[in-house]
Amino acid sequence: MYPASFEYLRALSVAEAISMVSNNEDAKFIAGGHSLIPLMKLRLATPSTLVDIGRIGSLSYVKDEGSQIAIGALTRHRDIEISDVLRSKAPMLAHVAGMVGDPSVRHRGTIGGSIAHGDGASDLPAAVLALDAVLVVEGPSGRREIKATDFFKGFLETALGADEVLVEIRVPSDIKAWSYQKFNRRAQDWAIVGVAAVRNGTTRVSLVNMGATPLRATGTEAALASGASLDDAALRADEGIDPPADLNASVEYRRHLAHVLTKRALSELG
Amino acid sequence: MTTVQDAVPGVIGTRVLRREDPELLTGEGRFTDDLKIPAALWLGVVRSPFGRAKILSIDTSAAKAAPGVVAVYTATDLQSEWAGPIPSAWQVTPDMKSPAHYPLASGSANYVGDPVAVVVANSPKEAADAVGMVDVEYEQLPAVVDLEDALSDRVVIHSELGTNVSYVWELNPNPDGIKTAFDNAAYVVKERYIQQRLIPAAMEPRSVAVVPSPMGGDYTVYSATQIPHILKVMLGLTVGISESKIRVIAPAVGGGFGSKLDVYPEELLCLALARKHRLPVRWTEERSENSQATIQGRGQVQWIELAADANGKLTGVRADIIADMGGYQQLITAGVPLLGAFLYHGVYDTPAYAFKCTGVYTNKTPTDAYRGAGRPEATYAIERAMDALAVKVGVDTVEIRRRNFIPTESFPYNSPAGLVFDSGDYAANFTQGLNFAGYDALRKKQAEMRASGSKKHLGIGISFFVEMCGLAPSRVLASLNYSAGGWESATVRILPTCKVQVVTGTAPHGQGHETSWAMIAADKLGISPDDVEVLHSDTAISPFGLDTYGSRSLSVGGTAVYIATERVLDKARKIAAHLLEASEEDLDYAGGNFSVKGSPEKVLPLAAVAFESFTAHNLPDGMEPNLEASTSWDPPNFTFPYGTHIAVVEVDEDTGKVDLVRYVAVDDCGNRINPLIVEGQVHGGLAQGIGQALFEEAVYDETGNLLTATLADYLVPSAAELPSFELDHTVTPSPTNPLGVKGIGEAGAIASPPAVMNAIVDALSHFGKINIDMPASPEKVWKAIQATKA
Ligand SMILES: Cc1cc2nc3c(=O)[nH]c(=O)nc-3n(C[C@H](O)[C@H](O)[C@H](O)COP(=O)(O)OP(=O)(O)OC[C@H]3O[C@@H](n4cnc5c(N)ncnc54)[C@H](O)[C@@H]3O)c2cc1C
Repeated sequence: MYPASFEYLRALSVAEAISMVSNNEDAKFIAGGHSLIPLMKLRLATPSTLVDIGRIGSLSYVKDEGSQIAIGALTRHRDIEISDVLRSKAPMLAHVAGMVGDPSVRHRGTIGGSIAHGDGASDLPAAVLALDAVLVVEGPSGRREIKATDFFKGFLETALGADEVLVEIRVPSDIKAWSYQKFNRRAQDWAIVGVAAVRNGTTRVSLVNMGATPLRATGTEAALASGASLDDAALRADEGIDPPADLNASVEYRRHLAHVLTKRALSELG
Repeated sequence: MTTVQDAVPGVIGTRVLRREDPELLTGEGRFTDDLKIPAALWLGVVRSPFGRAKILSIDTSAAKAAPGVVAVYTATDLQSEWAGPIPSAWQVTPDMKSPAHYPLASGSANYVGDPVAVVVANSPKEAADAVGMVDVEYEQLPAVVDLEDALSDRVVIHSELGTNVSYVWELNPNPDGIKTAFDNAAYVVKERYIQQRLIPAAMEPRSVAVVPSPMGGDYTVYSATQIPHILKVMLGLTVGISESKIRVIAPAVGGGFGSKLDVYPEELLCLALARKHRLPVRWTEERSENSQATIQGRGQVQWIELAADANGKLTGVRADIIADMGGYQQLITAGVPLLGAFLYHGVYDTPAYAFKCTGVYTNKTPTDAYRGAGRPEATYAIERAMDALAVKVGVDTVEIRRRNFIPTESFPYNSPAGLVFDSGDYAANFTQGLNFAGYDALRKKQAEMRASGSKKHLGIGISFFVEMCGLAPSRVLASLNYSAGGWESATVRILPTCKVQVVTGTAPHGQGHETSWAMIAADKLGISPDDVEVLHSDTAISPFGLDTYGSRSLSVGGTAVYIATERVLDKARKIAAHLLEASEEDLDYAGGNFSVKGSPEKVLPLAAVAFESFTAHNLPDGMEPNLEASTSWDPPNFTFPYGTHIAVVEVDEDTGKVDLVRYVAVDDCGNRINPLIVEGQVHGGLAQGIGQALFEEAVYDETGNLLTATLADYLVPSAAELPSFELDHTVTPSPTNPLGVKGIGEAGAIASPPAVMNAIVDALSHFGKINIDMPASPEKVWKAIQATKA
């Protein structure tokens, strides 16, 4: 499929990227292109201008900052998967990045692109939600920080302004108890349902593909906080949630998977 | 029948690397879309977004005004271009009903993807933009999607036919026998199975480019097709151009699996519009078009009934199927189910047999041949039903098969459906397969896992298949009312410097004919395969041919190469005898040298004979110069490959997910020319068959909308979903051809779906009777388990 015509601009700094999209409502950033280009090919997205931020090298890094790990938004999934810092200090993120798509997707797609896209079916957004990450964004009026819990707003809709660039993802380090359960039919596929669980004092559980955005399993979290058994807590994973139906799963089956996978995740936390 | 020659030591039977691969693996393969054709116009096809709709009006004015657009045509504009409708070559019954079918739909559209208008532009991008500007006003109509609903004629798709039923085809050679069998049966099994529709999803989508000659009225047609020869004839007849003015070339073709065994609207449009515009016209399919507008495979509701005596020995087999034609007939749509019609009793001996097929129209993409074509459907029905019979009789699936195999001593076996199975030793192959898989140990492990209370359930599934391939004896095709023959041609030339050219009428698109045909000729001539060049897929180079499908290429086309080589060698022998002043009978030939028996010093290399035949200075009186021979070989029978396939699965009770942990296949394809290629064919076939069992399905909603038009939704398995296949083989040479070969291209796709499904049913058998259709998605399996608990 051929996308509709568009202009292409390449930004070499964050400031340049921001200035390139300002005053251009139909402009869009492109990072790895692995979410945006498929939409453009199907002509579901028809931006007039693409501002390529993929070559802003200064946004590709993983830094150990003590209690937090800072990750540049343009770090590719593959670099997250193999990062020594992440493997030792925030292994869940490295593990989840290694489960995204297939090797070619992981070599092109970026963590910032995945989070900015805000797809409820994607792996990394749910992971940063369970990790209580902080997202650092930069716009015409400077930098601000957004909590992951406040970031995902609706179907492919986030707290990012159109002229804001996600520049950094900050996750807590040294979380030892975590689990990521991804259920799909083929290794390369998105999760039919996924569950991320993190214990750091309290236990946080988030769900993949159970709604328009990544979701916290608040029923399960509340049950655990009040001392419920793992089985009972897991059965509340879909509480207050209205999961979608598609070719891979009916609503009923999705709810069931959320229970099973949450139970597995909680058991893995130990 | 001809005499069997067992595989001789030499090149045949060795693992020669495929000469095709370096080019393909380094991205140097030249596919139709890679061709640089100056000044070519590009087509963009406007397709119906509705399963069934009346076309009220088409406004092309905006598209015509779009940048780069040369013309926009509707059916009315092109009416005078066609000498006939899109060809359908298989009128399976005299009263078969077929709707009119032209490259562009007029009046109504009958599947999502049905072409309704065509844009001609200077680039593919401009064509794509303009396609979106053609304004078609439709009135959406109720669609027919379900096969049993189609049969009811609640909605008749093609009103001029008066019914959705295209044909009813029956085979019932022994009606009294069938009646007696079912009246007196100790056990009767009656099962209903679904063959879901599959999207062939060849790696290379379709592509066609037609280049008119500057003068003379000739056309060169490049097409990503499996059938350059058939296409040439059909293009000529349909577009009204003399066949002799058309040259079809199939460049590198990236897979077909039957989907490129067809004559498509876009091929006809490119040719007609190249004639109209006097310019090259080309088109390349997009992936989502490939899902909608390239034929799909399978699509059947199957009823199968088995009658057995008190020992579980079959006394009758009866199959009654409804086959989905889709919106129209394509090249051999109607005949595909018939390729399985004779095989619903599988490898089992039964005195009585009956088969009936009802072909119905639906508002979906037309179906046609897809890897195995008819035989996977038959194998699936009988192999699943045999497992159901085993449960009824209360014996193991191994035992029920052993009791029913066609006995080894009855080959050639006159089947109850009227075929003659060429050769086989089923029991021996079965034993080898069971031992290779470690069947008894697997059963033990299964019992242990069950006893442990594990929520993972081990299942062992067996499928023993036989297929008829090597299409086909022309007279048999005549009896099925197919409008072509089944022979294949070959020419072998030994050039002056003793380099050899083999010209074949087969049309490889991934099967490695260049390697295998060179091996056949080299083996016979005692020379290196590197000295043999294989020419194919160009109707100017090989004017006669019937192309590649139905596991026919080796057993028919390879045999033609063998016979032509033999004839060339006979002529060389005559010349050698003349030059050596000996009689032909006194000559030995080995390692590329003629020698005189008893006088080892009198030796003449083939190279010397080749040069002599070229200079023609000293040939026997009356002998023509040059070493060249041609043949067209019509096989006396089909060939019947078979084998034991065993799947081992682990089913997760909590999620319903099926993990295929082992797959064992012991195939018998007769003599093996190149075991490496044989194994490659088995691997690919297994991946496709396992895809059918676990992953793939073309899903339509009730309006006829295709919900799986992208490869994100249509799940083709990758290596990550498949185990390392464990392959072994037995060899019973076929007496049908002098190479003793049978065919292997479709075996994997035929045998594997029932092996996997039987394994799933077996894994869960302790829950109760499991009802499940393909593809066995986690949700379906989970629901099947829940159903037993309810
Ligand atoms: C075949 C395939 C399989 C896949 N499988 C999975 C999977 O299993 N799991 C999964 O989670 N994902 C999967 N993906 C998606 C993949 O992870 C994408 O890489 C990711 O979702 C988007 O990252 P990107 O860098 O490619 O973003 P792009 O496609 O370049 O951009 C996506 C969106 O984010 C915006 N954007 C990008 N970067 C920024 C930024 N720094 N600041 C502000 N806005 C920005 C863009 O404007 C655009 O709207 C798959 C993709 C493909 C093609």
